[in-house]
This record gives sequence, structure tokens and C-alpha cells, in this order.
Amino acid sequence: MLLRHTPEEIVEREALTIQPAKTCQPVGAMYAALGIHKCLPHSHGSQGCCAYHRSALTRHYKEPVMAATSSFTEGSSVFGGQANLLDAITNIFTIYNPDVIAVHTTCLSETIGDDIPQITAKARDEGRVPNGKFIIRANTPSYVGSHVTGFGNMIKGIIDGFATRGTKSGHINIIPGYVEPSDMSEVKHITKSMGVDTVMFPDTSAVLNGPQTGRYEMYPKGGTPISDLQKTGFAKMTLALGPIASGPGAKFLDTKCGVPYEMLSLPIGIRSTDAFVNALRKNGGIVSDELEYERGQVLDVLTDMQQYFHGKKVALVGDPDHLVPLTEFLTDIGFNVRHVVTGTPGKKFIARIKEAAGTEDINVKEASDFFYLHQLIKNEKVDLILGNTYSKYIARDEDIPLVRIGFPIYDRVGHQYFPILGYRGALRLIEKILNALLDYQDKTAPEEKFELVM
Amino acid sequence: MALEKMDFITERDKQIFEKGTDSFEMKCERVSTAGSVSQRACSFCGSRVVLYPVADAIHLVHGGIGCAAYTWDIRGSLSSGPQLHRSSFCTDLREKEVIYGGETKLREALYHLIDLHKPSAAFVYITCIAGIIGDDVNRICKEVQNKTGVSVIPVQSEGFKGTKKDGYRAACESLMKLIGTVEGPAIPMSINILGDFNIAGETWVIKKYFEQMGINVVSTLTGDARVGQIRNAHRAKLNIVQCSGSMKHLAKMMMEKYDIPFINVSFFGIEDTAKALYDTSDFFNDEKVRNNTKMLVSTEIALIMPLLNEIRKACDGKKAGLYVGGAFKAISLVKALRHIGIKTVLAGTQTGSKEDYEILKTVCENGTVIVDDSNPVELSNFLIEKQVDLFIGGVKERPLAYKLGIGFCDHNHERKICLAGFRGMVNFAREVNASVNSPVWKFVKWRRH
Repeated sequence: MLLRHTPEEIVEREALTIQPAKTCQPVGAMYAALGIHKCLPHSHGSQGCCAYHRSALTRHYKEPVMAATSSFTEGSSVFGGQANLLDAITNIFTIYNPDVIAVHTTCLSETIGDDIPQITAKARDEGRVPNGKFIIRANTPSYVGSHVTGFGNMIKGIIDGFATRGTKSGHINIIPGYVEPSDMSEVKHITKSMGVDTVMFPDTSAVLNGPQTGRYEMYPKGGTPISDLQKTGFAKMTLALGPIASGPGAKFLDTKCGVPYEMLSLPIGIRSTDAFVNALRKNGGIVSDELEYERGQVLDVLTDMQQYFHGKKVALVGDPDHLVPLTEFLTDIGFNVRHVVTGTPGKKFIARIKEAAGTEDINVKEASDFFYLHQLIKNEKVDLILGNTYSKYIARDEDIPLVRIGFPIYDRVGHQYFPILGYRGALRLIEKILNALLDYQDKTAPEEKFELVM
Repeated sequence: MALEKMDFITERDKQIFEKGTDSFEMKCERVSTAGSVSQRACSFCGSRVVLYPVADAIHLVHGGIGCAAYTWDIRGSLSSGPQLHRSSFCTDLREKEVIYGGETKLREALYHLIDLHKPSAAFVYITCIAGIIGDDVNRICKEVQNKTGVSVIPVQSEGFKGTKKDGYRAACESLMKLIGTVEGPAIPMSINILGDFNIAGETWVIKKYFEQMGINVVSTLTGDARVGQIRNAHRAKLNIVQCSGSMKHLAKMMMEKYDIPFINVSFFGIEDTAKALYDTSDFFNDEKVRNNTKMLVSTEIALIMPLLNEIRKACDGKKAGLYVGGAFKAISLVKALRHIGIKTVLAGTQTGSKEDYEILKTVCENGTVIVDDSNPVELSNFLIEKQVDLFIGGVKERPLAYKLGIGFCDHNHERKICLAGFRGMVNFAREVNASVNSPVWKFVKWRRH
């Protein structure tokens, strides 16, 4: 019992986080920046931040993850990090030769008040930025929001750096949300199947799920090209998937370049995917036979296996943009969603989850942690947990099947390659859930009730 | 430079050498060049990994959530009892505290945790943000300690203070505050084991050797450590220091304050393990211990040599590259690999000192590239240029090796097998063999000779 120290009784706990269900902004910014072709993320802070974020992404994707650091010292924390950043810019363009440097801040550089726009402007004035090269930036103080907020802030940074107001063209922008490379591929699959001309940014597919080639490519072939990013201001509209990760960017692009936006849930499950497909349809897309077929397959499995879902109690933990459509989907197919916990702060989350579940009778908490979720589960046991790798402590201690989704997943593969978004993602999600439930049933059924056909 | 065809950050050319070609004066122990894709971490990371294995203490991160999230149960330091160290506790500082200070939150968090877990002690890690907003952490710790009777020890581990090595120092200073907090006479024939963190149960292996030799182990710092043992550490007669980078500072402080001498040892590889045991035995100069040691070493070696010889047949002639935390580890690895017929052609460390590199140079053969504070581009160039079959490193190096199609052995926090002592050498050889001779490499284009 690794978590033997978790008491059942829940007491108010304002000053202390135990077993965090979030991490800090910079890792989200780093992840978003990796979705730009030939971009090197840069962490403006101490060396450790950069090392930790890279290690986290490396463990999650099993891929090399590149990012540079300003390597703050005690001196820079007193006198400011301008000199470090200026040197870093010169060194990065000379040695690593990216097309874009995406600078994000840390709690340290935010608190000492480094003015990143001023420093990058100075770098440009001093000729440290070669022609045709770019620096974009995001303020990502670790003491505000979470990793999801950081992703959203880097999206704003991308728009700030590349989007310009201009004559509208026919395409639409898609901001896919803080989702896996496989999910980004799935979004592209859907838009392509519907024949919609889109620019999706960022795009980490073929960056963090690339093939084994026997060569090390500092800049893999994926990532949204700069030429596409420069077109984002001319789009006729933006579809923002996930209000927290994609919303701020979409709003900013509207303000900056007059590109209207539609805010949607992440297309997880049938209803949310339908909504996404419908939005594409309204923008000239045609619902293809291919998509109809994929949707039909999901319904087929659901009807074939509904008896295994109906009434089962579930606990969910993860990021708000995922949890809302997930709650909706699981409720839609008969699950009884009991506990929903996110580490990311934001009061709106509570109402959104209750709406998705269609009930007030559900335990929801934002700015919370795994310790609290564990206490909820001790008070009301569930049949299934959906969450990231850290859920496994609770799953083991309480003997509950676990389906891994979210960030981070350090102990399984698959999330890089197979989506949970779209109809095909829904199919995979059901498969994973079914396998977890049925494996558990097989493992625990008494001999006389052990079934061959399920 | 013999390696001019690669384009390095110019300031780095004093951190890369090729033995036999270059004159050798490593400019190490310095902060990474700004803008480099360094594989290094910060002071906080250093302190956190050193103190983390103390299993019956609270480890509270006073700072932003990232520092806590990334150090939550990531090191395979095993405990034979309590598992408190594997939990993640954080004050999760928000904007409000950044403006008004985080002292109230810290105080409340400590009271809450002490009430909840009744720990033997609490370590409070000061991160960048806690340092920069100027919280008086020392005062709060003292206050809570006075009120609860539980030792509450601040760790001066602000990330910007330097590299991991500076964090090791801070951790040693925190440990020093616990050592000697109980009274008691010196314990005859006794040692403390410093600098082993019980990754995959290694401390247990080492401890058992000493027990077989007839030597008392007072405390293990910090593998499978308990606060109570640490308090008694001043009663030992000798400190044996494994990972010199992390714990030498503590050994020096203990020598100064308690007159306890120390010896540097390594439990990695056959010669080093044998030497460590004999050196310890020599120190005590006791006939019985000497005989026990001889018996132990000869029995163990007789047991493992046939196994190693078998593996050597499969690995002979392969080439290895290393990139590890400390130079001591690198030196041991070069020797251990030689035992199974593998030649080291690239050796690098994150935090080696000048003296460490001098020793590393003497154990390497001509043509070996030696680097300090490297980065992935550099490493991958060397790995291909030198036609390496095996790469040994940590988290960030693993996918690099696999992308290139090279075997890999984790010699850092993520390893799952015990590599210490004589049996550890066999485990190491098996793991190396399993990876180097995996059939999957035949699918990698450039390696299909």
C-alpha cells in the first residue's frame, strides 16, 4: 500500500498540494513549440527547469526532446537574465540553426521581471537574429494556471509572432488543443476526409512520434511550417478545440487579425466529434462515407457491448479540456461518472462537468490533486479510473482497473501512435475501457463464473 | 583539436578532448553556456536526489508545482519500510504568494503534514521562486520545529544557485544538521556508507557484504535511510564514500567536526568492489575481518567469473560510449566494460571535476573522446563517428541512442536492476549483453554491415 498514508476523512487543505494532478506552465509551452517545424524551444530560467521538462516529455514520448536554456546563475537572478538570453540567442542560431526560437519564461525570470519583448527586440537590433529567422515568446509563470495554460500561452505567442491582418482566403485555422501527436493526426484525417482547407497549429505529429531511421534529426520533418503560420491571420475562421488550451489563442487571433472563432470541446466521444464534424460541414466540408463508416463502427461496438458499461462507476482525473467531453461521452454510453478531479485551476470547470454529466450529483474539484481523488474513492469506490500514469498508485492500492489517458504516461506506449480524438479515437477508447474491465473480470471472477465468451 | 569537423559552441572547445591527440586541461565545473541544449539540471535537482531516499521524512517542496511534480517518485531508491518519501508534497505557490510571500502557506503546510504523517523529520526544499521572493524559510522551520518537536530542516536548494553539484552540497549541509543530534559512544568496528542511494536495492547488497565481514553499519546515506540512523552517524569509526561528487562534502564536514576519517570507494565492477572491501578491512586492521573479507571476495569472484566469461564471448570487441552524472561512475564503467570485452570510445560526464577527468584519462585508451557537459548533437555525432554499439546514460540519452539504433543501458535513476557489488557486475553484463545483442538492431540501416 504505497498510499497507505491517505486517510479516508477529508479535511480542508488550502496550503498544501499532495500528489499533484498538474505540472507547471513551461512544459506546455515547450510542447506547443515543438509543433512548429524547425523550432527550438528555449527555457528562460535555471537549467533544472529545462532539464525537467525535457525529461518529462522524453519519458512520455520515448523520443529525444530538444530545448535550450538560459542557464540562470545567482548573478542573473539578481541583475536580470538579459545578458543570458542575448548570448543564448546568438549561440542557438549559430550552433543549432533553428528557423524559430520559442522563448518561454519560468517562475524565476517572471518574478525578477525580465522583459522578454524588450530583450528580443534588442537582440534583433544588435543583429543577433539572422534574416528569415524568428523569435517568438510566451509568458509562462509557473505560479499561474498549469501546463495546459502554458500550452495556451505559447499558442498566443505563435500568433503574436506570425499572424498578420490581410485579405481573407478560403482556409480555416484549427487549434487542436493540448493533445497527443496521434490526436493531431486524427484531426488532420478528419479535415482531409471532409475536404476542408485547413491550417492546423501546432502539429506535433511526425515530431514526437517519428520513425526509427538510424539517424538523429534535431528537427524532424513534422511541425506546422512557418509559411502556414503566416497565413493564420488570413483565415476565414478558427476552430478552437478545448477552451483552456486553444481558447486564448483563438480570441487573440480575432482581436489581432479579425479572424472569428468557434470554440468547441475536444472531439472526444461521439457527440463532441459530431460537433466538430458539423462545424467543418458549416465551413464547406462534406461528411464523407469514410467518416460515416467510422462513426458507424463506434456505434456498433457500443451496442454490442453496452451491458458491460451500464451503471459502472468511474473516476476521472486529468486536464479540463479532456475531462469535459470525456464525462459527456462516458455518461452517454451508460457509465456513472462519480468523481472528476483536475489540478488546473478554474471555477468554470465545475459547471461544465455537471452539465456534461447532466447531474448535480457528482464530485467535481478544480485546483485539486490525486490525494483528494484518492480520498473520494475511499469514500465511494468506483469500478474504473481514467487518468495519467500517476493514477496507478490509487488503482493498485484500491484494486481498480485503470485506463491511461492524459499527460504524462510514463509506463505504457500507444498514446503517441493511436488517437483518442475523433471516431477512430472513440473506438480505441472503448476498446481500452472494455479490455480493462473485462481483464479485471477475468482476473477476479470465481471459477464457476469464469466466462469464455464475453 | 582533432575534432574540428564538428561545429561546437566555441566556448566549449576546452570541454572536449581526445586522448592521445590533444593536450589535456579540462575546463569543467562551470555553468553551461547560455543557449546550449545542456543535459544538466539545477541545484534543486541535486539536493532532491540526495535527500529523497530518507524514507521516514517529509519532503516538502516550497515552490511552484513543477519542481514537485517532476520529482515525484522518479528515483528507484528502495525503502525496506516506510514509503513516505515516494509522496509528493508541495506548497504550490501561486501569484498571491509571489506578491505577499509564501511563509503563511509554508507554515500551514508543515503543520498539516506533521499532523497527518507524524514523520521523523521534515526537509523543506527552497526552490528558485521561494528564494527570490525572500521567504524566511529558516525562521518558519525553526518555529514549527519548536512547536511540534519534529526536526524541520531547510535545504538551500534554489535552482539558480548552480548545477546539481551545488545542490549536493546543500543536501550535505542539511544532513549535517541531523547528524549528532543524539548522544552515544563511538561504535567499534563501524562505518557509515555515504553516497549510495539504494537504487534497485544496491545499498542492501553493500550493507550485507560489510555485515559478512563483521563490520557494523551505523547509517546509510541516504539509501534506505531513516532519520534515527542519520542522527547516530557521528558514532561511526569510518565513512566510506561512494559517489564522490555527491557526498565528499559531507565526509569532509564529518571529519572536521567528529574526526571521522573517510575513504573513497566504488562498488561498481569487480576490482573496485574488491578494493572497497579490502580498503575498509585494512582500515580496521583486524585479523578476523581480514579473513572474512578474503573469504567473501574469493567466494563471490569464483561464483561470477564463469558467468561473466560466458557473456564476454558475446560482447567481445563491441564499443561503448558513456555519458553519466559523475566522473567516478564513468571511471568504474570503463573498467567494468573492459571485463566483458567492451572498449570505451566516448566518455563524458555532467559534473566531473578536473582531478576526476585526469583519472578518467588514465583509465581510457588512446583515441577515446572525453567530454564535459555535453549536448545531444555533440553526443550523436560522436556516437556515429566512433561506431558505438552501446551507449550508457540517463533519461534524456536513452531515446537518442535508440533513434540512432544503438544499444542502451541506463546507469541512472531509471534503472531497475542492481548494479552494485559482484552480483551487480553480472547483472550489468547481462543487461549490456541483452541490449547490445538484441536482434532488433539488424533493422537499422547504418549498422547492417
